[in-house]
Amino acid sequence: MREISAAEVSSAVERLASKSAYHLGVDELSALTRALGEEKSELGRGVLEELVKNAAIAAEGEYPICQDTGLAVVFVDWGQDAHLSGGSLQEAVDEGVRRAQKKAYLRASVLGGPLTRKNTGDNTPAIVHLRLVPGDRVRIVVAAKGGGSENMSRLEMLNPGAGADGLVEFVVRAVREAGANPCPPIVVGVGAGGNFERVAELAKRALLRPLGSANPDPELAALERRMLEAVNRTGVGPGGLGGTVTALAVHLEAAPCHIASFPAAVNIDCHAHRHGEAEL
Amino acid sequence: MKPAEPVRLTTPLSEDQARSLRAGTRVLISGTAYTARDAAHKRMTELLAGGGALPFDISGAVIYYAGPTPARPGKPVGAIGPTTSSRMDRYVAPLLAAGLRGMIGKGERSDEVRQGLSRHGAVYFAATGGAGALLARHIVAAEVVAWPELGAEAVRRIELRDFPALVACDSAGGDVYGQGREAWVQD
Repeated sequence: MREISAAEVSSAVERLASKSAYHLGVDELSALTRALGEEKSELGRGVLEELVKNAAIAAEGEYPICQDTGLAVVFVDWGQDAHLSGGSLQEAVDEGVRRAQKKAYLRASVLGGPLTRKNTGDNTPAIVHLRLVPGDRVRIVVAAKGGGSENMSRLEMLNPGAGADGLVEFVVRAVREAGANPCPPIVVGVGAGGNFERVAELAKRALLRPLGSANPDPELAALERRMLEAVNRTGVGPGGLGGTVTALAVHLEAAPCHIASFPAAVNIDCHAHRHGEAEL
Repeated sequence: MKPAEPVRLTTPLSEDQARSLRAGTRVLISGTAYTARDAAHKRMTELLAGGGALPFDISGAVIYYAGPTPARPGKPVGAIGPTTSSRMDRYVAPLLAAGLRGMIGKGERSDEVRQGLSRHGAVYFAATGGAGALLARHIVAAEVVAWPELGAEAVRRIELRDFPALVACDSAGGDVYGQGREAWVQD
C-alpha cells in the first residue's frame, strides 16, 4: 500500500493556500478582462479596472488580493489504496493552513465559536471535505472562502413542482438580495437535488469548476446560460453600483433527490475566486 | 463621456463639506481615518452607552470598515479593502450623534443610517470590495490605538493618501445602490 505522510499533505495545503491568496487563476483574470469589455456602466467599468489592477499588484507578492484571505475549505479525494501516516488528516490540513497564515501574512479570520467569538489566531481549523475514491492518488483542492460572499448563501427546499423556472427565480432572488455585499462580479454556485446537506455541498463544489465551464449535461448547461443572463439583468453590476455584469459565471450541479423534495442552494463566490489544486 | 475628475478631500471633514458631497461623485481621501469592524463597533457603542470616552476623537472623524491582513516588514499594513457595511448599521446612530462624519465600506445601508446622514450632515463612501492590495498602497501609516487583542478587528489609526472611493450615500438622500442601480435593471 502506498504511504502518504501527513507532512506531504501539510506542505501541499500550505503551498496552495499561500499561492491562491496572491495569484488569481488565469480563468478568473480573463473573465474580469472580458467583463471590462462588456460592462456598459461607467462606474461598473471603474470597479473592474480597479480589480484588474488589484490582481496585478497582488501578484507582485507584497499584499494578498483581498484582506479577507478566507476560511480554508479543503476538498480531499483520497485514493483508497493509499495510507496516511504520521497524523490525522484534519491535523495535517490545519498545519498547512497555519503555516500559510504565518509565512504568507494571511489574515487570521477564524473564531473558536460563533458565540465566544474568540479568534484562534492562526486561521484554523479548516473545513475538510473527504471522499474516498479508487486508486492510490490523493487530490487536494484548497478554496479560500471569504465571509462577505459566504454570508450571502441561500438554501431552500423548493416545491417539487417548481421546475426550472422556480430554480431560476430562486437564484436570481438570492443574487439580487445579496446586492453589493458579496463583491460582484460574482461567481454563482448552484446546487439542485440531493438532500439538505448534500445540496449545500453541491453548490460549493460547483464553484470549483474552471470558471465559465459548462455542465457536461446539455440541459443543465442551457439552464446555466439562462441563469447567467437572468442574474445579469438584475442591474446589481460590479461593486453593486449598477451595471450589466453582476456575475462572471453560474455553475449548476444536480443530484438525485427524494420524490417529495427539490432542495436548492446558492453559494456565492466573490470576484477573488481563489483556489488551488494538487495531486499527491 | 470622460469621467469627471475626482474630488480631493482631507479629513477631518466639516459638516458643510459632508453636506456638499453628492452620491455618485468619485473622491480621493487623504488624512487620518480609523479602522473598526463588528467587534470594535460593539465595544464603542457599549462605551458610549455607559458614558465612557472612545479611544479616539470621533469629532469629524472617518471610520473605515476594514480588518487588514498582517503587515509585512517595512509596510504599514497588509491588504485592506472594505468589509460589508450593513453589519455595522445597528451601531451607527450613537456614533453619528457623537460626531462621526464619514464612513467607508461596501454595500447598501439601512434607512436608519441614511436618515442619520441627513440629520447629522454625514456621508458614506464606498471603496471597491476585494481591491485590498490596490487600496493598501493608499495607506501610508497605521497604528493600533485600541483593543490589540482583537487582531485584525482592532481599532487602527491610519493615514490615507489619495484613497479612492465613491460617495455612495449622501446627506440629501442620494444613494448609488438605490437610484444608481435602478437604471440598469432589465425586466
